[in-house]
Amino acid sequence: MKHLLSVTDLDAAAATDLLDTSDRLKQALLGREVRKLPTLRGRTVITMFYENSTRTRVSFEVAGKWMSADTVNVSASGSSVSKGESLRDTSLTLSAMGADCVIVRHPASGAAHRMAAWSDRDHEATGTHTSIVNAGDGTHEHPTQALLDAATLRDRLGGIAGRRIAIVGDILHSRVARSNVFLLATLGADVVLVAPPTLLPVGVAEWPCRVSDSLDAELPALDAVMMLRVQAERMHGAFFPSAREYAIGYGLSAERAALLPEHAVVMHPGPMVRGMEIAPSVADSASSAVLAQVRNGVHVRMAVLYHLLAGAPA
Amino acid sequence: MNLLITNARPYGEGELVDVVVRDGVVTEIGAGLAGARDESVEVLDADGAVLLPGFVDLHTHLREPGGEESETIASGSAAAALGGFTAVFAMPNTDPVADSEVVVEHVRRRGAEVGLVDVHPVGAVTVGLAGEQMAELGTMARSRAEVRMFSDDGKCVNDPVIMRRALEYASALNVVIAQHAEDHRLTVGAQAHEGVVASRLGLAGWPATAEETIVARDCALAREAKAALHVCHVSSARTIDVLRAAKAAGVRVSAEVTPHHLLLTDAALTSYDPVNKVNPPLRTAADTRAMREALAEGVIDVVATDHAPHAAQYKDTEWAAARPGMLGLQTALSIVVHTMVEPGLLDWRGVARVLSERPAEIGGLPDHGRPIAVGEPATFALVDPDGVWTVRGGSLASKAANTPFEGMRLPATVTATILRGRITARDGKVAA
Repeated sequence: MKHLLSVTDLDAAAATDLLDTSDRLKQALLGREVRKLPTLRGRTVITMFYENSTRTRVSFEVAGKWMSADTVNVSASGSSVSKGESLRDTSLTLSAMGADCVIVRHPASGAAHRMAAWSDRDHEATGTHTSIVNAGDGTHEHPTQALLDAATLRDRLGGIAGRRIAIVGDILHSRVARSNVFLLATLGADVVLVAPPTLLPVGVAEWPCRVSDSLDAELPALDAVMMLRVQAERMHGAFFPSAREYAIGYGLSAERAALLPEHAVVMHPGPMVRGMEIAPSVADSASSAVLAQVRNGVHVRMAVLYHLLAGAPA
Repeated sequence: MNLLITNARPYGEGELVDVVVRDGVVTEIGAGLAGARDESVEVLDADGAVLLPGFVDLHTHLREPGGEESETIASGSAAAALGGFTAVFAMPNTDPVADSEVVVEHVRRRGAEVGLVDVHPVGAVTVGLAGEQMAELGTMARSRAEVRMFSDDGKCVNDPVIMRRALEYASALNVVIAQHAEDHRLTVGAQAHEGVVASRLGLAGWPATAEETIVARDCALAREAKAALHVCHVSSARTIDVLRAAKAAGVRVSAEVTPHHLLLTDAALTSYDPVNKVNPPLRTAADTRAMREALAEGVIDVVATDHAPHAAQYKDTEWAAARPGMLGLQTALSIVVHTMVEPGLLDWRGVARVLSERPAEIGGLPDHGRPIAVGEPATFALVDPDGVWTVRGGSLASKAANTPFEGMRLPATVTATILRGRITARDGKVAA
């Protein structure tokens, strides 16, 4: 694995391998006083975030630090980007400084793909080798989010194959949904999307999942439900009439959550809009895996860095 | 300045002939005229090539003034001549916009100075392409630039009132309004054809309905105004149904398709390489099939390149930041041969129709797209139908290299281009 750009870079074996590594790293750190493994000592990992993010950037940074990599954080507002530098120049500059891995979040779909293409071209020309990790590109993908969700589902449900998982909300604009649909399907899950028709992508019928417009009808048979954040600005695009109507139709209220089987897991990639897509009592309930997702995020990202950087040519 | 073309096959039909040209006009056509030559005659041995009327492109971006890092009138004219074109219509989205007689006269004059191809400026429909106030169409039409086509290309004349008035006003000037059909309210932030590929790639969709609804509206407006409407770069199969119905009802509407919409589909987008980004976007295989059939049937009148050079800094970026557009002048003939001639949808007469005769008619050029006959202007393209070449963006004459056909092996080569008896390009080189 040279880059991680999309979950479709991973077949079931490769994804399972990553999740197994994540579990091993988690065990290795368990109960340690000094939570640090020497594996990536001397390696340089740079996060380059063109969008605001707390959990993903910090999670990658912590993952790098726990692996003893040197981590450097660059944000678009404090860099040459504000002087008008192109993504290509920024990307090649970070490679030239010796970045072994650049973790990028960018508002343009495909930005990580482009950076990987430039990195590969540069590798041919100069021999420098930089792995690119997609930490969220526009409305395309967020592969490590899907991996940490898969890790959480494995923990809670004992497996993924054959489990029924609903993803609810703004599928159209969600990179989390895209990564999850394709990764969970690869791992054998039965995925169902629940959303108003305006928030479903045009080509969704071709995706490896089912579509439903009734959350109530789906809930009793679910092993897990993943709620997506609904961005308030979507209302201006006439995607739905009001926050109230959305919450009534697609929000996970306490009454609705009661329809879930007892073993079912409630998930949310964060940040949550409490009272909109998820009721506070549900978010904080025993069924909720929201904080477990965050914890697993660090281990999964350690595993990704390990697979990309350990054993790769120095 | 006299020219003798030997061993040419007009329209790819019949026996080889020689063509004698005096002062830019054909004076004799027949076998065995080569003996009649004297010292002052330049001889062009066509070596069995197909002789066609010179191509006319209704849709070219020459970028000058303002975008000289991507193309100039000189470099674009060279690309045109090498592609077999003898006339091009230069779109007005320059900086400054060609919305006044000053700019259109400048473009026309620069084109004439370069002298490789007749450059006909297209005037803007609205001031600054802003879609709000009608530009001075009459002044531009009556200027030395003799503007015969107006368009806000790159942008749609979205406001129905402005479009209605422009059509009505144009009808008295005997000019054509060329519409970039895209309802901007339906394409906010659009990056790619709205469909399976864009959904998977997370690229905001450009729905085909944004084109179809504007074409339907404009046909209704043109019918009432009794005006000539030209639809730029048709990309959606259902737009063809609208055009067919309008033509059957007697609306004065014509339409073009680009070479890239005849060949490429949105399947090319998965690399996120913006060389494939264009507006309107590449659509599906069903759409390209429909384009080919409509062109053969005549519902789509012409092929126009939408030649849109962009310097590397505008293309070698993330997808959303890249400018839409692709080179087209030097690859147009080969793509038409590949998509239309090879499958038997068009013969060489048909190629002459869609690349020369109909565009000259729509653009109001009396001396282009003429029959190959005695007394007619010697304005030709010579095509080797058996030639094969590999596209390399860096080797094309344009200043930019943004061809989506990079590395493709394509059939048919333009061996010479002749404008009123003067050779403008020959064997891949432009006239000095």
